[in-house]
Amino acid sequence: MKGHKIKKYIRKDRVIPGFDLTMGISLLMLSFIILLPLVSVLVFSFKLTPTEFFRLVTKENILNAFRTSILCSVIASFINCFFGMILAWVLVRYDFFGKRLLDGLIELPFALPTAVAGITLSKLYSDTGMLGKPLTILGLKVSYTKLGLTIALIFIGIPFVVRAIQPVLENLDSQYEEAAYILGASKAKTFFKVILPELRPALLTGFGLAFARGIGEYGSVIYISGNSAKEQTQVVSYIIMQKLNYVDYASATAIALVMLIISFFILLFINILQICQSRRTNHV
Amino acid sequence: MQENKRKESKATQIVLITISVLFITLMLVIPLISVINNSLSEGVSFYFKSLQTEYVLSALKITLLATVIAAVVNSFFGIMAAWLITKFSFKGKQLLATLIDIPFSISPVIAGLAFIMTFGRLGWGSNYIDKINEFFGTNIQIVFAIPGVILATVFVTFPFVSREIIPVLNAQGKEEEEAAALMGASGFMIFRKITFPHIKWAFLYGIILCTSRALGEFGAVNALSKTRGETFTLPLEIDALYLSGSNDSITSAFAVSSILVFIAIAVIIVRNIVEFKAKKKLEHIES
Amino acid sequence: MYVELKNIEKSYGNYKASDHINIGIGKGKLVALLGPSGSGKTTILRMIAGLETPNAGDIIIDGKRVNDIAPAERGIGFVFQNYALFRYMTVYENLAFGLKIKKLPKKQIKERVIELIELTGLKGLEKRYPNQLSGGQRQRVAFARALAPNPSLLLLDEPFAAIDAKVRAELRSWLREMIHKVGITSIFVTHDQDEAVEVADEIIITNKGQIEQIAAPIEIYKNPKTPFVAEFIGQSSKIDDYHKLRGFEKGDYKGAIIRPEFVESFKSDNVKFKDVINYSEDGVIEDIYFRGNCLEVKLNVGGIILTTKRSLERRPIQIGERMHVIVYRLYAYDNERAYLLENKDLKGKELVTF
Repeated sequence: MKGHKIKKYIRKDRVIPGFDLTMGISLLMLSFIILLPLVSVLVFSFKLTPTEFFRLVTKENILNAFRTSILCSVIASFINCFFGMILAWVLVRYDFFGKRLLDGLIELPFALPTAVAGITLSKLYSDTGMLGKPLTILGLKVSYTKLGLTIALIFIGIPFVVRAIQPVLENLDSQYEEAAYILGASKAKTFFKVILPELRPALLTGFGLAFARGIGEYGSVIYISGNSAKEQTQVVSYIIMQKLNYVDYASATAIALVMLIISFFILLFINILQICQSRRTNHV
Repeated sequence: MQENKRKESKATQIVLITISVLFITLMLVIPLISVINNSLSEGVSFYFKSLQTEYVLSALKITLLATVIAAVVNSFFGIMAAWLITKFSFKGKQLLATLIDIPFSISPVIAGLAFIMTFGRLGWGSNYIDKINEFFGTNIQIVFAIPGVILATVFVTFPFVSREIIPVLNAQGKEEEEAAALMGASGFMIFRKITFPHIKWAFLYGIILCTSRALGEFGAVNALSKTRGETFTLPLEIDALYLSGSNDSITSAFAVSSILVFIAIAVIIVRNIVEFKAKKKLEHIES
Repeated sequence: MYVELKNIEKSYGNYKASDHINIGIGKGKLVALLGPSGSGKTTILRMIAGLETPNAGDIIIDGKRVNDIAPAERGIGFVFQNYALFRYMTVYENLAFGLKIKKLPKKQIKERVIELIELTGLKGLEKRYPNQLSGGQRQRVAFARALAPNPSLLLLDEPFAAIDAKVRAELRSWLREMIHKVGITSIFVTHDQDEAVEVADEIIITNKGQIEQIAAPIEIYKNPKTPFVAEFIGQSSKIDDYHKLRGFEKGDYKGAIIRPEFVESFKSDNVKFKDVINYSEDGVIEDIYFRGNCLEVKLNVGGIILTTKRSLERRPIQIGERMHVIVYRLYAYDNERAYLLENKDLKGKELVTF
């Protein structure tokens, strides 16, 4: 009931016990388990001179890997946005037989180990696989191509988009829609002019999360992609792993640093989106 | 709620539902079935035999060890961090919350790399490990050994428990805890009597998520574990079996995978039950 | 004085929540902290409880400075705005919680809880959980829980805010009765003046982090000390050129505040007012609102809009009708204080009022 300002500061006086203890333990564990290892990566990569760093990360196969990872993730995320939107809509708005099952299945890529997903998709789309065989007859090769890579990324990305949109769609005030409807807007118009703008932050958040997961993905893509430098089906994570196996730590950390920077910006982007979103909803 | 579902025309509905079901079937259900299908392609007895090889049993042991430790460590951390973030206000709270979520947004391979750069031959941490080993006369290895596998597993599952608890505690507010503190209750007493009953389902679900992710972690562990039969976890064993290329070993890989698939399905079912319970409770309180 | 606040200062960043607060509260008194949102009343309550620490000044309870004493050791019962009942405990367990912490023997806890349940009329609800209670019942539990460890001071933060209007009136008198029965010194925060006037023995009016006036409700009503209090209490309207009204002269004041009960209007043939009709002036009815138990009438008197109430028992009036208007008194104010001005024409006259 009071202004934001007061609410924000009211907590300064701590009646509830445990601040020092929980702060100490949280910071200690965070530092040792998360921050220190990541700082080691930073420290090591800063030992490289800028020219060396650039030489390492601009090698052709590495640039290709970045291109492949980013391109396939973007495409997969767009496809996921489209189907995720439909899925979220269907799950929120309609009642039908098997809805709960469908809703549960969405979660599968979260719960399934990536390696299991990887070998399954790879086998499924291989020349002799359940889906690969008919597709080969149609002249479409999926396994060991960028197409296969993209399919794997669609698989792991779909829950991010659906779960980002679902709650927003659920809480969307039907009054807007009804108002538009009464004013004579067609259903399609109502969707594109009224509902979609409301969902945009959630959609972007879902896109960002799926994209972030996609460019760093390892287990589910390495089997289906073929990892060929010539075919440009190597992803960044694969390259890092390869460099690790060759004990080429300089390259591995340099590439990892670029990835960390990309992740940081995606995280920043999502955080800003979420702040905007909560601001908007609070002011209505 | 009901009014929210203003009916689109029946045709639109059918088209959209059909698209959804087809998409899910193609992308999720068929892969799921094909795991089971592949795993049984050489018969039931072969299926059970492939689950009992020395490599698989060793991998199972390592996986369970890493998973249990990850679940315990992250539960402890999750509760501490959630209490800190929801019960107090301090500068940098948002930053702290973001830092906790880091493992969600970086590639697991980088997590593996990070531990190699810390405790590997080139890492600054290896000196300390050497010194400790010298002092105690032990031979502890981190990288390419079981501790590294455990550390990597803890890393990738780090935020799972805290992330489930924090929203629940935020929604609950902190007046009850304040009231108890005003009466002179100790922190532990407040937690046990007031906070914990509130978060127990979210906590349980967080542990389940953490467990399922820990069981299946591949990228980070892959970077830190190189010896089959000694430091391999189940996903690594699956990888090894699959890549060895023979039909038998590929079928074995799917057999081992099927175990993880069953666990994944169980997790989803539990998730639904927990969510259902939480919703029911909410309705109960609101009514 | 039982509770004393001396020169209390408290700010949140640039925001001054308490600016030089001095309060004294007598033992056994039921006191209301009344003020608009953001006036600093809740901060005062929370500082007394120890939920917040003042930047400067002393908080004294029963002659002892308690600034550095932990909240739990201050002997305070606190009723939260939303009651903060422990939702995973039954009514019985809620009431017993504070006693268990004090490590009282089981038998004694049981006796005390039963005593409280009887006192607050919660019998039969012991095994219920908070979400199975009505708003009014929850308030009773919160009250009983705060009283359980026998505190010497009871603090209540907006105790009626979470209850719907119908039950509220009933609970007000219940709470007042209860507190007087127990005899405990109590302070409650409210932004509702009716609530403060009805329940409290004494009202402390806060505004912008400062204390405007401390007095009994009737005193606050009759003799507001500051322009803020004059305007905040009752249904007041501000009038700048009050000296144009008959019977008032311009003084060194900035303006005046008039309440509806200070204004009388009547038709020219009303014999009851024939003694004062010569001191009245003309007004035209601009608007009439039906207020349930009376009419609210807006009168235009030489460009000044005055509001008055009219009993439904009196003769009907209509918009545009000419009336005689008398203003009995008003509160003139300067920057610092409010002053009661009586209509000088009416001095010594016997007044008829309804």
